[in-house]
Amino acid sequence: MSLLRFEEKMTAVTRFWKENQLGLAPWLFLAPGIFMFLLYVIIPITQSMSISLYEWDGLGQKEFIGFANYVELMDDEAFYTSLKNNVIWLVLYMLAIPGGLFVALFLNQTVRGIRIYKSLFFFPFVMSQVVVGLVFSWFYDPNFGLMNVIITSFGFEPIAVLADERLVTYGIIIAGLWPQTAYCMILFLTGLNAISTEQIEAARLDNAKGWRMLWYVILPQLRPATFIAIVVTVIGALRSFDLVSIMTDGGPWGSSRVLAFYMYEKAFSEYGFRMGYGAAISVVLFGIMMIYITWVLYRMYRDERGA
Amino acid sequence: MFPKPIEKTSPITQRMYKIALPVALIIWLLPLIAVALTSIRSAGDLNSGNYWGWPTSFNLIENYTAVFTNSPIAKYILNSFKVTIPTVIGAITLSAMTGYALAVYRFKSNLIIFFMFVAGNFVPFQILMVPVRDLTLQLGVYNTTTGLVLFHVAFQTGFCTLFMRNFIKALPFELIEAARAEGVNEFQIFWYVVLPLMKPALAALAVLVFTFIWNDYFWATVLTQGANSQPVTAGLYTLNGQWVSAWHLVSAGSIVAAMPPVIMFFLMQKHFISGLTFGAIK
Repeated sequence: MSLLRFEEKMTAVTRFWKENQLGLAPWLFLAPGIFMFLLYVIIPITQSMSISLYEWDGLGQKEFIGFANYVELMDDEAFYTSLKNNVIWLVLYMLAIPGGLFVALFLNQTVRGIRIYKSLFFFPFVMSQVVVGLVFSWFYDPNFGLMNVIITSFGFEPIAVLADERLVTYGIIIAGLWPQTAYCMILFLTGLNAISTEQIEAARLDNAKGWRMLWYVILPQLRPATFIAIVVTVIGALRSFDLVSIMTDGGPWGSSRVLAFYMYEKAFSEYGFRMGYGAAISVVLFGIMMIYITWVLYRMYRDERGA
Repeated sequence: MFPKPIEKTSPITQRMYKIALPVALIIWLLPLIAVALTSIRSAGDLNSGNYWGWPTSFNLIENYTAVFTNSPIAKYILNSFKVTIPTVIGAITLSAMTGYALAVYRFKSNLIIFFMFVAGNFVPFQILMVPVRDLTLQLGVYNTTTGLVLFHVAFQTGFCTLFMRNFIKALPFELIEAARAEGVNEFQIFWYVVLPLMKPALAALAVLVFTFIWNDYFWATVLTQGANSQPVTAGLYTLNGQWVSAWHLVSAGSIVAAMPPVIMFFLMQKHFISGLTFGAIK
């Protein structure tokens, strides 16, 4: 009797599944991914926003202080230094895009061994930024770094790039441009490969060559590659934490800080954790990033509609 | 082809190009070459100021052995594997499912969920830092490789979902319709029809995620401390502080730490590049 009822129940479940599987299946597939993503990404964003309204050392009681952290930020010179450096990063990092294009054009040939050359040019991107940072720290070292060996051999005074307040940020950015240019290069190489030979030949017949060819024929066809290069370069610039931490630890005297680094420094400061203040800095950084994310999403939305 | 193939240019240009290639490569990799050369020098050379001259002795084996015997780098590397491999498996499993759901089914919130994954992927790490550290502490996995794996799986699912979804969208939808008409259920379609076609995407994501996670430094410093759980990126930073003037060891250590993703890249170059440049061509 009960067995019969059980079977009846099962067939009901099966029928329900059969009738609704197209509606249910996507949610079953999505559930684990959405759960993890909400737990570790989406919810923490809102939590950070709320923590930024508190004074909190990470352990004890949180004390609600409204917008006091943000008010404090307005008068924090270190915050402005970080913000200014972020802008410098953002602007100079863009050099990776023409730089990558230039290297890609240089390497887009079919001579023997060119594949190995392409891989080796791409090398810096595969290494960790920690390694890149260490590599450049030695390269810049005023006593024995290769850069200064070269400079002094031309009769100039050695330059302590990472100890000079005016130069330090640029020195770190150059280190960052190294892997980033490699990344853009590989994007453009792929893009160049996909350009139809017929179009190029046709343009050649019309006497297009050199710069004109690049500007009017090649670049328009490289638009998808350029878009991705911009996307990854902006993210790279705003995420610049590793190199600053490895190469200078924000120094000298905090002059190479960026927002990402300053936030970490405040939250885990040796003078006591200031999670609320750190969170406020990260909310500002998030706000800047949000402008840009909106632009990317808008473009994707347009493409989705168009498709 | 653009620029003009070099074979079609004058012999002088061709010759110049062939000389320019290795010269450009050496300049490009100069900082790295410097490190590689330092890593085989003796401590004596460095102490006597012979940084760039001809080394008095080649200490390749001594230095690299010293790195492994004088430091917990083997432990760090093991930790890196313990973080990286489960993350690759976890993120790919989750995103194969989310990507499939978002590519194949039409439902109202589809695009919103997709954009949530995409947007989350661009978020600065710092806004997640305090709450994620807190969550990790509460779950009792702070300072363990598990804690890092959980976060990385969740975060990488964003990027991987974007990739998988677009990849599946480009597959012929008729295959799925035909299977449905045959009465094959949705899970079987996923497993037997779509998944086998996704092999290139799975391979590309596996190498990419491996490299990203192996090279992660920020989360390693936020969620772990000490040689028992720290991966090699964070470990290298610690060692750099300890070996203040032992540059030959620091450089050897750096090269060791960079090896696994480099090997991975050379073995799976095609997949790596196709993953990285996905979307760069229409």
